[in-house]
Amino acid sequence: MRIMKHPILGPLDEKKEISITVDGKAIKAIKGEPLASALIAAGIMTFRRTRIRKEPRGYFCGIGLCTDCMMMVDGIPNVRTCITPVKEGMTVETQVGLAREEL
Amino acid sequence: MLRTDVAVIGGGVAGLVAAIEASKFGSRVHLIDENARPGGQLFKQIHKFFGSHRHYAGIRGFEIGEKLLEDAEKNGVQTLLNSFVFGIFGKEIGIIENQMSARWLEAKTIILCCGASERMLAFPGWTLPGVMGAGAAQTLINVHRVLPGKRFLMIGSGNVGLVVSYQILQAGAEVVAVIEALPRIGGWGVHASKIRRFGVPILTSHTIKEAHGREKVEAATIVAIDKNWKHVPSSERTLEVDVVCLAIGLKPNIELPLMAGCETMYLEELGGLVPVHDENMETTEEGIYVVGDCAGIEEASTAIESGRLAGVAVAEKLGYLSKDEAYEQKIRIRKILDDLRGGPFGEHRMRAKQRLIQRYKILKGLGNE
Repeated sequence: MRIMKHPILGPLDEKKEISITVDGKAIKAIKGEPLASALIAAGIMTFRRTRIRKEPRGYFCGIGLCTDCMMMVDGIPNVRTCITPVKEGMTVETQVGLAREEL
Repeated sequence: MLRTDVAVIGGGVAGLVAAIEASKFGSRVHLIDENARPGGQLFKQIHKFFGSHRHYAGIRGFEIGEKLLEDAEKNGVQTLLNSFVFGIFGKEIGIIENQMSARWLEAKTIILCCGASERMLAFPGWTLPGVMGAGAAQTLINVHRVLPGKRFLMIGSGNVGLVVSYQILQAGAEVVAVIEALPRIGGWGVHASKIRRFGVPILTSHTIKEAHGREKVEAATIVAIDKNWKHVPSSERTLEVDVVCLAIGLKPNIELPLMAGCETMYLEELGGLVPVHDENMETTEEGIYVVGDCAGIEEASTAIESGRLAGVAVAEKLGYLSKDEAYEQKIRIRKILDDLRGGPFGEHRMRAKQRLIQRYKILKGLGNE
């Protein structure tokens, strides 16, 4: 959920909206924000699934350390979405395991 | 290979100040940061800082960030962004740019400002989406203006837990409770009062037992604990929440100092294992310095001063400052650092810092003056 009004930061600026594709569906993102923030704003909390038990994992440390938020981005596996800025037309997929089979 | 006088690794508050200070006296400085822009955790601090004018009292963190970025640029600091340092080999630094290509930077001196990371707590359900660091939630909310949920449970009542709780309220979400394992609130009264005024309960002697949910957090069970840290029978309560924030504390990021061969020492007061350093912030590896939270968890003000100290020290080492000029500056900065470490909380940190310096002398065979 986007915070439109804020007592300290003021109203949300008219920022450039772009479009990315997540598991085949188009979602809106704000230019320059990290991928993780665009996904959470769109209500997506599961970023990847564990290799064997397929448990959901998502945004956790937010500073690129824990690697829990890794996804397939433009065909590249293990991209840390919390520190990767969105780009127009990016293709993002939920990652399963280490996505080795894709390499 | 790219060559420089000073490589500053990590562009948070300590790194920015160190880079500005070193460049001021004529050193060629490269600042490396893995993020798209430097500033570290400053840009998510939307509250006003306390303390003195020198430490930007009354100014909000993100405004300090803007000011430092401007100063760094003015002083000719070269910034390498989206650049992840994967290793230090002697004075050669291996960097991955844009997660794709490798490059090398050879530096005469290195200032490590790797910051800290949040301590986490493991409990059933802690891997569910919706459980996250309080700092991680703070970044989403204050920098990217995204709320990860509507009803938050905050674990930990230190300053991070209290400040982030207040900022969640400011953003328009609910904080169902702040829980604290200790029998008392960890952070400052001023921060605790602010959230209490909103009616948020702060439950001391409580911990989390489990986070529930299939695909993401849907509820959390909390439980009272006695003085032996055992669950009090039948004291469980299940709260309907969709985010659980962990504000357990911070630990220094010492991976790069370790790779560089720096000796470390365990000091609880500074957050755990920290690199041993001397009174110039130089580690046991000559020409490699540590500043900010990776040299021990403290405040933004001490990070600023330790950055200045290392900046002056490298300028001296490289011959841009005479011994006398540097001495004068260093004495002044050390005096400020001592003042900042006054008071009952600061004194523990001051003593721990003194032990680090003692340890440095022992390891270097410098005797004990």
